[in-house]
Amino acid sequence: MSCIDTIQAYGLRSIGLGERLLPRADFTLCDQFVLIGSGMIWNLYFGLGALLLGFWASIAVALARNSEHWILRKPAEWFVFIFRGSPLFIQFFFFYALFTQLPRDGVPINLGVVQFTAETSWLTRAWGGALITLFLNTTAYAGEIFLGGLRSVPKGDLEAADAYGFSGWKKFRRITFPTMLRLAWPAYTNEAIFLFHATTLVYFSSFPARQQQGDALYYADYFASKTFNPFIPYPILAMYFILLTLAVVAIYGAIYRRLNRHLPSNQKRRIRFRPQLVR
Amino acid sequence: MFDFCADPDLLEGGRWLACYMSTPKHMMFYQSFGLVILLMLITAPIALGAGFLGALASRSHLAPLRWLGKGYTSIVRGVPDIAFFLFVPLALDQGLEYLRHKVKCPDWDAPIRQGSDFVVCAEAKLPLSSTPQAWHELYGVALAIVAFAFVFGAFAAFVLSGAMNAVPRAQLETAEAYGMSRAQVTRRILVPQMWIYALPGLSNLWMILIKATPLLFLLGVEDVVYWARELGGSKTSAYSYPHPDWRLWYFLALLVFYLGVTRLSEIAFGRLTRRLSRGQATAQGMKEVHKGAPA
Repeated sequence: MSCIDTIQAYGLRSIGLGERLLPRADFTLCDQFVLIGSGMIWNLYFGLGALLLGFWASIAVALARNSEHWILRKPAEWFVFIFRGSPLFIQFFFFYALFTQLPRDGVPINLGVVQFTAETSWLTRAWGGALITLFLNTTAYAGEIFLGGLRSVPKGDLEAADAYGFSGWKKFRRITFPTMLRLAWPAYTNEAIFLFHATTLVYFSSFPARQQQGDALYYADYFASKTFNPFIPYPILAMYFILLTLAVVAIYGAIYRRLNRHLPSNQKRRIRFRPQLVR
Repeated sequence: MFDFCADPDLLEGGRWLACYMSTPKHMMFYQSFGLVILLMLITAPIALGAGFLGALASRSHLAPLRWLGKGYTSIVRGVPDIAFFLFVPLALDQGLEYLRHKVKCPDWDAPIRQGSDFVVCAEAKLPLSSTPQAWHELYGVALAIVAFAFVFGAFAAFVLSGAMNAVPRAQLETAEAYGMSRAQVTRRILVPQMWIYALPGLSNLWMILIKATPLLFLLGVEDVVYWARELGGSKTSAYSYPHPDWRLWYFLALLVFYLGVTRLSEIAFGRLTRRLSRGQATAQGMKEVHKGAPA
């Protein structure tokens, strides 16, 4: 089988398209590259999904934590403490156990006017349940980062906004929010990188890979256990993840430059890759 | 454990629970918490040592050593840590067996990789197949510790080299002006002063290490996750203490355990920061001076 054939057969294997059976013997380098690359689809899905959902939720968490009212602040503090203080690995196990305890044929919800049944089976599947777990986790971490940004918005900027007659939503939208985002962005970049790394945990915790549709690490581990040779699949996986990390740095760097475009060039800080946040 | 536990079928309520929680398997579950804490305490100094060497290497004047130090930190940070936890033990095991094979069986002519098998002569096996089971388990745990130290050493190297760069230049220049050699400056000025700058990063690292310990489960160590899954799964009436699927509660207990450990560590690091700040040329250090003598 030539490499083109392999790509056609296994390029989308991780989402259930193409050849059903995984290669069993005589693994070529091409097999390993294609299948592990195919698994990256899941890493991208989990990472992008959790980032997109988590971005807005984490800003809400940061605002709640910064709030004067304890009724907003306390739940947000507990939320952040629980998700940042415990291992993501255990969180996956816990949520999987929780989701499997839900009734199989849905939870009836009665809203007075309408009555419908909330489906629950999708929660036990990795694409739903693991995404929710990752979303909650990244919301807590990013919420902490944005809180840091929110608290370091310069006082002068806020006073200037007051002087110009900004208040309430307009002040937040025009002054506080952009400045907070700009200040928190380098840390948020690292959070994004480590979120992508954390997506490799999904199929190694309790969420089952149905029909051997797993992520990149799942396939790398498959090859390592079949060939008993870790020196080929794991470096391939490492290469894919380094490329992904570089892509994240490039995209977030471009956004960061845009957020900073009004600043004089000597005040711009470069994004530094710092391992502040791993789970 | 208790006298009244002789016949579990007759027990009710609180007594049933007391007996259930003190079965021999539960005792092993409780011991595994000790194992996790022990592994953290063993891994942390090894990782710190590896990180210290890595940080010194990345500041070295010898280019190959510097590249080694920098390459080590950036590769480990660019790749998911779990990939290293799976890779390092297997690679190390094969590497050691390969070396022993070369030394002990020089006249072996068959290839080592035969298809999907890794074949070395019997004398090169690690540990030897004749050794008792306990050694095999210990060997597995040791490989796991090396894998952890490898990953966290890279993180520690990054934190420590940042801290070394944060020590005020003036301090090092003054030492040079007094005629100290490079090694003396490092030993007498740089290393004693860098810790306060490294502490926030190291405390973060310790939290990360705590949160990475459940991954031991993936390396086949019988840790807390293993026992939580084992004990929590539903038990039919064939067992003395039948119960439905209780994994949710076991994992909840694990969450609470880890939250407790991280909270305690936070408090401990807060105290350590105040202690190390004394006499340092930082804002916190100035504050400590004004408070007067140590309490």
